[in-house]
Amino acid sequence: MTDTSAAPIKLEKPRSQWRDVWVQFRQHKGAMVALVLLCVMAAFVLIGPLIWRIDPNFIDPDPVKMIRLRNKGPSWDHPMGTDQIGRDILARMMFGGRISLAVATVAMLVAIFIGTTVGVLAGYFRRIDGLLMRLTDMFLALPLLPLLLVMMFLFRDAAAKVLGPSMGTFLLIVLAIGVTSWMHSARIVRGEVLALKEREYVLAARSIGTPARRIILRHILPNVLSPVLVAATLGIAAAIITESVLSFLGLGFPPDFPTWGRLLYDGVDAIRTYPERVVWPGIAISLTVLCVNYIGDGLRDALDPRIRGR
Amino acid sequence: MLDAQGTAAAPLVQVSNLKMYFPIYTGLLRRHTGDVKAVDDVSFTIRAGETLGLVGESGCGKSTVGRAILRLYEPTAGRVVIDGDDIPALAPEALRKKRPVMQMVFQDPQASLNPRMTVADIIGEPLDEHTNLTGQEKLARIYELMDQVGLNRAFANRYPFAFSGGQRQRIGIARALALNPRFIVCDEPIAALDVSIQAQVVNLLEDLQDRLGLTYLFISHDLSMVRHIADRVAVMYLGQIAEISPRDDLYANPLHPYAEALLSAVPEPDPNGAARQRIILKGDVPSPANPPKGCNFCTRCPKVMPVCREIEPKLAEAAPGRMVACHLINPIPSTG
Repeated sequence: MTDTSAAPIKLEKPRSQWRDVWVQFRQHKGAMVALVLLCVMAAFVLIGPLIWRIDPNFIDPDPVKMIRLRNKGPSWDHPMGTDQIGRDILARMMFGGRISLAVATVAMLVAIFIGTTVGVLAGYFRRIDGLLMRLTDMFLALPLLPLLLVMMFLFRDAAAKVLGPSMGTFLLIVLAIGVTSWMHSARIVRGEVLALKEREYVLAARSIGTPARRIILRHILPNVLSPVLVAATLGIAAAIITESVLSFLGLGFPPDFPTWGRLLYDGVDAIRTYPERVVWPGIAISLTVLCVNYIGDGLRDALDPRIRGR
Repeated sequence: MLDAQGTAAAPLVQVSNLKMYFPIYTGLLRRHTGDVKAVDDVSFTIRAGETLGLVGESGCGKSTVGRAILRLYEPTAGRVVIDGDDIPALAPEALRKKRPVMQMVFQDPQASLNPRMTVADIIGEPLDEHTNLTGQEKLARIYELMDQVGLNRAFANRYPFAFSGGQRQRIGIARALALNPRFIVCDEPIAALDVSIQAQVVNLLEDLQDRLGLTYLFISHDLSMVRHIADRVAVMYLGQIAEISPRDDLYANPLHPYAEALLSAVPEPDPNGAARQRIILKGDVPSPANPPKGCNFCTRCPKVMPVCREIEPKLAEAAPGRMVACHLINPIPSTG
């Protein structure tokens, strides 16, 4: 400690604000529950397959057995039942979750990264504002689904050749979803930046001689965090659904590759006779979205010093 | 207090013919159709250790002058020489190196502090940008600055929302002092504070001036406060300087009709005192995008003469140390 002699109160060293953030985050009950639930889901899809060792694509080679195993309800052998060709749904949920969660997270990160970058640059630098916002408008005006389909159609084989079939498809899907869903966050961020850069503390930073890049990192980005977090939580849900749409149209992962969205679509055919097949992936998707939403909410509160103080 | 004539201190700040026009674009093609002449041909000097008060009504360009001097706006034309360097002509990196000499205290202490940074981070930002202090040295300097402006050291970890307006303004002053500047532009530093706090902040500014030898450009619309702190006072009207005079001369005997009207509006603390003649101006301030042809004040001047509507008066010496831009005070040599 330096110079504690002058002050009667013991001086605290300026501390990292991340500890305060964590302390405040723990105050938010919804966010803590959501964080625990999301960890449970992550464990379910990551560790689950190591315990529940049934191949999600296993179809009994004996036709008689296979037909007997079809469309079973929940039992000890298959806690979530089996599907129309006798595959274990629990195992498929676990494997599907890996893909869905990975795609959703990475695609959301890509979208938020592009969106925030474009938004901040457009808002802060007036010269490139017009150009970047017209680009954003152009992307918004494009019919996204056909664009996605064309992208997948054109690049799938090339990507698969370089990175292997599953990794290539994964990367392509993630990029495709990211590149087609950044526009809304870019617009939100640009609007916020336009307002923020006229604030006096940004002017004060300029009068100190802080270069533009550090003004952006130190003063602008932390203050546009809440709209970005909201956009991010919504983006995760959208990414899961978009991925399943692509899989459904036969241009995502191969048909025998389970993902939550894929399971949902497969289950829709039999929704009257076997509603649980829609319910399982539906619950998983909704729960993920809800958890991410609550965590985002808690994080936003925890990062705002005005709320953190009390 | 310094008097205008009595000292021979060299000018620290020399502003000549400063113009700040904001372009107006209209029509479908966004053609440049005119300018808002926020600051139009302003010249003055400030000597080292002096306080120049800059007064005028809202929207007359006071703050724009302050910001253009520090090149927070790019001036349209003119020279601003601060401590030997022409600020508008500096290259970006040279300007960055020059920044420590000149700092600014802002009007709204709420808006001028980043709500997501602690006091230590806010005061430390200039140190991060311009020095290579170690963490310990930086902390020691931050504590020293907090002592200087009268903030408790224990507040270093708090966020701006936790402070009152006066304390926030002290944080802003500490940030401006961090790099040992010579010249500080105080852009209405007391306008957003209540009266008891105003006195504290102004006394702090005076105290710092005595101890650190600072030079201030004190922008304000509070004439009594300017009378208290300034050595010389410049009165602005519609982007131009109407009169620059030593404080006592101006308050005793304003020469420019606008300065006279402005000073007659200062509230009198003693209700039983001699009733003063209040000069009430009629009409509105003309638009700075389309100022009158002659004197900017001719539309509202109670002593307007025909010549005022034709020829723009230039700022000229009317008495020793007093500069006035008015045909009444400085009649133009008759040319026929």
